[in-house]
This record gives sequence, structure tokens and C-alpha cells, in this order.
Amino acid sequence: MNITEKILAKASGKKAVHPGEIIDANVDMVMVHDLTGPLAVEAFKKIGIQKVWDNKKVVVILDHQVPAESVKAAELHKTMRQFAKDQNLQIYDVGKGGICHQVMPEKGHVTPGAVIVGADSHTCTYGAFGAFATGIGSTEAAAVFATGKIWLKVPPAIKVNVKGKFQKYVTPKDLILSIIGKMGVDGAIYKSAEFTGPTIKSMCMSGRMTLCNMAVEMGAKNGIIEPDEKTSKFLEGRVKALPDFEALKSDKDAVYERTVEFDVSKMEPQVACPSSVDNVKPVSEVGNVPIEQAFIGSCTNGRIEDLRLAAEVLKGKRVKDGVRALVIPASQEVYRQALNEGLLEIFTDAGAIVCGSACGPCLGGHIGLLAAGEACVSTSNRNFIGRMGSTQASVYLASPATVAASAVTGKLTDPTTLEAKA
Amino acid sequence: MNGKIKAPAIKFGNNIDTDVILPGKYLILVDPCELAKHALESLDTAFPDKAKKGIIIVGGKNFGCGSSREQAPLALKYSGVKCVIAESFARIFFRNAINIGLPVIECKGISSAVETGDALAVDFEAGKIENTSNGKKFQVDKLPPFILEILADGGLIENLRRRMNKK
Ligand code: SF4
Repeated sequence: MNITEKILAKASGKKAVHPGEIIDANVDMVMVHDLTGPLAVEAFKKIGIQKVWDNKKVVVILDHQVPAESVKAAELHKTMRQFAKDQNLQIYDVGKGGICHQVMPEKGHVTPGAVIVGADSHTCTYGAFGAFATGIGSTEAAAVFATGKIWLKVPPAIKVNVKGKFQKYVTPKDLILSIIGKMGVDGAIYKSAEFTGPTIKSMCMSGRMTLCNMAVEMGAKNGIIEPDEKTSKFLEGRVKALPDFEALKSDKDAVYERTVEFDVSKMEPQVACPSSVDNVKPVSEVGNVPIEQAFIGSCTNGRIEDLRLAAEVLKGKRVKDGVRALVIPASQEVYRQALNEGLLEIFTDAGAIVCGSACGPCLGGHIGLLAAGEACVSTSNRNFIGRMGSTQASVYLASPATVAASAVTGKLTDPTTLEAKA
Repeated sequence: MNGKIKAPAIKFGNNIDTDVILPGKYLILVDPCELAKHALESLDTAFPDKAKKGIIIVGGKNFGCGSSREQAPLALKYSGVKCVIAESFARIFFRNAINIGLPVIECKGISSAVETGDALAVDFEAGKIENTSNGKKFQVDKLPPFILEILADGGLIENLRRRMNKK
């Protein structure tokens, strides 16, 4: 079996499972946030039972409309605070956490081998730690609150084998964009995407999270990476105990529907052009694209490594007049680290605005929205029509290095060319 | 839901994402009827009006891709969409739709066989779809019995309530 099948077999009390089989899995952790939680609470109340199945396994994170930008959002937050209080749940309130997918592993809610569901599509991020993690809707989250179980169809797996060493300013984000560009936005629909190979082995947890985070953008049910010493190093002190990683390795004879190979050694910085995540090209080939906004943040690229990279590009430079640059650390922990390392100073010196840890403009519900005709280059994960505000605005997805370089020049820019031009 | 539906079709293309079905800025709305007013407005501002009398959406590949927002299928259901038939679905949308009691059917070849305005007849239990405007017929894989049961109950919560109270 491969790692996903091993986890699902264990979770459903079976010796083995096969693709296509429908199983009833025990859930180890369920997460809801401020936009999906209230619907789940409403649905839970309708079921007619008083208490969630296990209050230690339900986590509430306020991150989308944070801090509340409207009375309606404030009401949603209030609902979630009350529910957390009534049910005695762990809640990460405004200022105490950050973006759900960053907070979950940071605060020790993600363990290798666990089955984790979250009422957010990017729950697949936790596959970076060797967990089976997938997004669900609010009603389904309510059902998990009640029963601790979920039905799942065992997905066929695609092995994504990656080799080669990244060139300077080429990042895991460029890799995942290029993978999605090749596979298409429905290329892994209903399937598991398992990332393996020497490049993945040498990649830090932050990069692995970026890959698994965007697995859903090619339709995958989960993205997953075998846990190793990097995983344990990150999780030590955060989780109570780590499982035996040997039991989480894909067998030599594990079955994959297909294997796709990538070599990053000659890869250039990539960009997903509007309005589909698979509309991917090397930045050097997009031509002259002026931008009005540059956004560095989100659950895809708001981690400390991302901010360091952006700061390296922005250091001693200015954000071009006419461009607004937004930097949003993915969590309070990342924020503090960026502060200690002097990164926030670099950003503010450059003329970027640093906002509090939350989703920000990523989903177009809160701050940093776009007007008609404007273009934004963003480190987030979706460039759909209307995703960041006006339906007539355009969003380009790229790495933190590319976004920072573009903020300096005022147009989409390959970061490897910036030094030469300066 | 009863096992059969007849309604005119409104057709969309591939990769209709949940941001297009219901933009993020409306996720703070809690009343499904309010959500319905904004269903698919990025593609067609008149959609809620057209859907009012009851329609079937015909989609291409990867319908409902993107965010896990259940408000997307809710907005469709409350705007008057009786059922969504597509070449393929994004998995979270597929589950969400069933869980809120909006029938969804995967049917290869449907988008080239239907134009907006065609009259469709769907029989869920038999897995049959007919375009009565041009006579084209499809037989699809039947949904597993426990999913049909969820739809028959009107959604997962109703289903769960029934099952948990039985115990
Ligand atoms: S940062 Fe963006 S993609 Fe990530 S959870 Fe928030 S809204 Fe969703």
C-alpha cells in the first residue's frame, strides 16, 4: 500500500484498502474557521445532540474576516466563540493564532498518520507532515462533530517524483505551479497526489506545505509526503508524541495510477496567469504586465522562509510608486519571528504595508481588494474571476521572490533579472 | 427530493469554480435566500432570475472546483437549481451538494448533448437522463444506496438525525 492507503486502512480498522473502496474512517482532528464554522454550528444544533464527540479533537480558528471588518463578520465570530465555550473547544481567536493551515501544525494539531478533516479546501496542506488531510463542507463538519467519523472513497494515487536542485530565486511555489500547469486544474481530481524524490527530501517543511497546499488546485483529494527527520524536527515540542514513521512509508510495491516526473534544475520562476491556476508560464514569457498590487502572504506562502526570501529581494529597494505591497505573516508566531529577524523593518522601509496575521486579500472578503481593471501579483493559491475583489480585476500567482521583484518594478518581473537591472 | 425531475437546462463551461458560483465577499451572509441572490452573478447577473422557476444546471469538467464553501451549492439550491449534471465534479462540491440535499450527477458527454433552454428529465433511481428537446438519452452509474438515502432524506443532517434517533 502507499502511505495514503495505509493511513486510511488503519483509520477504518482494516488490514488493507483499495482505490475505489468506500470506508468509514475515524477522524483524529476536525477544524472549522469563521466562514465555515457558523454553518457547521447551525447544522450541528439541528442534529439534536448536545455535545461534540470529542472536544479535544475539534479546533476553531478565526482567520478569514479577521479582525472583523463588518457587523456581520463580528456576529459570525461571536457565534464561534460561544460554541467553543459551550463545547469547551480549543479556539484561536483574533491575535492568538493566524491562518488556520499555519496554526494547525504550529500548535501541534497535526500528527503524521492522522486523519484530519477541515471545513476549508486547503486542509490538504497537512499532508506535508504525512497526515491524510482533506477539505470538507460545513454540514459534513457538523456530522463529524457528532459522530467522529466520515465516509471516504479510497483515492487512486498519482506519484509526483521530483529531482534536481532549485536555482536561486526558484522555489517550491514555482514547482507546484509548474506541476499544476502540466496536470491541469482537474488533473488529479478525486485522487491522492504523493510527492516524492530527492528534491522533496531536501525541501524544508515550509516548502512541503506549499506543495501540499496547492494539491487541491489540481483537484486532488489529498497531497501527501512521507514524514522524515525534517518532519520530526518541526513537530518536536509541538505534538505530544510522534508515531513510528516506518509504518507510514509507501511500500516498494505500492500501486500508483501513474507517475509523473519533474526536474527542477533548469526551472525558471513560474506564474499562473488569470483566471485559472493551470494557466502557467515562465515569468520571462509573460511580457509586459503592469501591476497595481503585490501580495505576500496566505496559507501558501506566508511563512518565515517566504518572508525572508521576499525581504532579501526588497532589502534596500522601494516599492514602485503606484503599487501597493501587502505583507501578511501567516501566523502570530511567524509575525514575531519576522519582527525579531528585522524583516518587518525591511518591508516597511521599502514602502510595503504589514498587516495582522489572517487571510487578508486572498479570498477577496476583507482587506486589500482590487478595483476593476487592476492587476495583482500574489503568493496565494487562486486567481479565479473575482477572487480578490472586482470581477474585472486580474490575479497572477507567483512565488514570494517574484512578487517582491514585481513590487519593485511595478510590473511582473522575474526575480533573477532584478539584480542585473538595478 | 423525489426520484424524478423535469426542468429546463442552463449550460455552463468547464471549471466553474466556487468563487464564481458565490464570491467570497458574500460568505458573511447567513440567510440562504440572500446567498441565492448572488448565485453565479459573476458570469450572469440575471442567473437568479432565470433559475427562479426551477432549472437544471449542465456543467462541463470539474464543476465546483476551488473553495470548500458550502454556501456555493446552498446558493444554487435556493436560487431554484433542482439538480446539477456535469462531465465531472470537484470532490468537495460534490459532497457538499449531496449533504445539503442538492442532487448532483456525473454524466460523460452531457455538455455536448444539451443547450441552454433544452428540457431535461432526470430519473435518479434509474440513473436515466433524457434531453426531451432532442431525444438524446444517457444512462449513468447509480449513486451508492447510502447517498441516495441522504438525498431522499433531504440532506446529511436530516439523514443523521433519523439514524441517530433510531439507535
Ligand atoms: S489564506 Fe486564502 S486560501 Fe488560505 S485559508 Fe485563507 S482564504 Fe483560504
